Amino acid sequence: MVTTPPIIEVRDLTAAYGDFVLLEKISFDIRRGEIFVIIGGSGCGKSTLMKHLIGLIAPAGGEILLDGLNISTAAGTKKAELLKSFGVMYQSGALFGSMTLEENVMLALEEFTDLPVEARQLVARMKLALVGLERFAAHFPSEVSGGMQKRAAIARAMALDPAVLFLDEPSAGLDPVTSAGLDELILNLNHNLGVTFVIVSHELASIYAVADRVIMLDSTKKGILAEGPPADLRDHDNNPGVRAFFHRMPRESIP
Amino acid sequence: MDFDLKSKRLALGERLCAEDVSQSWKLLEELPSGCRVDASRVKLADGAGLAFLWSLNRRHGAQIEGLRTEVAALLKPFDDLPSDPADAPRRDQSLVARMGRITWEFVGDVRQQISFIGEFAITGLHCLKNPGLVRWADMWITAQKAGVDALLVAGMVSFLTGMIMAFQAAVPLKQFGVDIFVVNLVALALLRELGPIMTAVVLAGRSGSAFAAEIGTMKVNEEINALQTMGLDPVRFLVLPRVLAGFLVTPVLTVYANALGVAGGILVMMAQGFPFSALWVQLVSAVGVSDVMTGLIKSFVFGILVAGVGCLRGLQTGKGATAVGESTTRAVVSGIFLIVLVDAVFAGIFYVLKW
Repeated sequence: MVTTPPIIEVRDLTAAYGDFVLLEKISFDIRRGEIFVIIGGSGCGKSTLMKHLIGLIAPAGGEILLDGLNISTAAGTKKAELLKSFGVMYQSGALFGSMTLEENVMLALEEFTDLPVEARQLVARMKLALVGLERFAAHFPSEVSGGMQKRAAIARAMALDPAVLFLDEPSAGLDPVTSAGLDELILNLNHNLGVTFVIVSHELASIYAVADRVIMLDSTKKGILAEGPPADLRDHDNNPGVRAFFHRMPRESIP
Repeated sequence: MDFDLKSKRLALGERLCAEDVSQSWKLLEELPSGCRVDASRVKLADGAGLAFLWSLNRRHGAQIEGLRTEVAALLKPFDDLPSDPADAPRRDQSLVARMGRITWEFVGDVRQQISFIGEFAITGLHCLKNPGLVRWADMWITAQKAGVDALLVAGMVSFLTGMIMAFQAAVPLKQFGVDIFVVNLVALALLRELGPIMTAVVLAGRSGSAFAAEIGTMKVNEEINALQTMGLDPVRFLVLPRVLAGFLVTPVLTVYANALGVAGGILVMMAQGFPFSALWVQLVSAVGVSDVMTGLIKSFVFGILVAGVGCLRGLQTGKGATAVGESTTRAVVSGIFLIVLVDAVFAGIFYVLKW
């Protein structure tokens, strides 16, 4: 278990769309270098929490500190630095369809570094090589499969060597082999490059394979139902919701 | 970064990040082969730094010495990366091949248009027999968006055009003392040509583009596939309500635009001192039933064309956001082009018929 200082601190966060409160006053830390997974049933606010963490939605209450800086109030150069310090892979990949995979990865390098074009190209190819896509550098997103698009999206998120990578349902819609490959990639990047991962997922196999720690959100509690390493939650947590999730029981069987 | 040309030795600093290596990339080009790189001090290397090391070693044949194990481990995954970039997928480059492809695409597009007209005709006839199959609710909503919501812009364009024409024509005609005929000019030009055309162009810009974008996005999101696999015909479901709406709304808009345009012209003439009664008599004597009808007949056809081509371009959308933008552009361009083309055909027909 990783016991480094936190890289992300969430303090009394309330997430709401108008009057509809999804999460109420939740607090947790994500430590530097860990693989942190957010789980929970559909509609419990996993993706919404992720959008708060990356600053796409401002919290209705409380604060989120990324490396000690409040992401929703940071402005100007501080905000720019903050945004460069993390990468995001969206659920659909969200690659730019008008650019090749290589150009997708090169975009951030072009905007935020002074590297000459051949250097940018090489960095992009190396990032694509990390996800096993160097042979597809000149392809357009529409010319490769869904799994490849997701991997390319990870490569793009890593372009600027961020300290934190946010992945929104990386294994959704992937076959078990590709999904396992993705898990391996996550572990690899975590071990070798020290990248902190924040992952939204509900693929149990994938959660056991990669997660150092999970939090489980719940829509009725509007907060965190359980927190800890996945195997601990599976074996020792007595909360019926948690048990149902880890033992794949249908909703009706929860006492 | 220190470089000693004599002993061909390059010593790297502690940090090897994007901002450190961006200037040094130029140095790589001038690097003599067989250099030795002292990398023992490198503690921190990001993606750009690793690319720099890899490039030194693999592209410029430099020997890297003393690399710390943790940095070497980061470089390990790139051992198999080929030195030359991967070949781009083959795309036609030569002029002849490009011309061929464009011609082929054009022929394919014409074929698609013909088969689209065929599909539409079959669906239309089928629905004529069974009117319950038409999605009337969609039709009325589209009619509202394409028609009622366009009243302001279509009316403004026409009203101002009528005024402008009257202003422009009044001066030269006054020289000959026939400025009362400005009414004839404005009324005939608007009713026979400009009214239907301008309304159709407004429709192409407002609604043809909207149809293409809407259907195109559905295509990208696989919603069209979903319709098809549910056994629902996209032409009946999406195209027919829109084309019917265009067919119903365009003539109404045209009549409205004509009226406002003529009113604009008359307003200008009244400002020049003509009494309304004189202008009205002139208008009634100048305009015949055939003038109104030719404009109306055209507007029916324009409505079908603009709405139909908007839907067709939407259905032809490829993949991705760019494709939706392309179809929207094509919807408007094809719409306006067809309006002018068909107008020319009508001009010929009406000339022969002496309408």
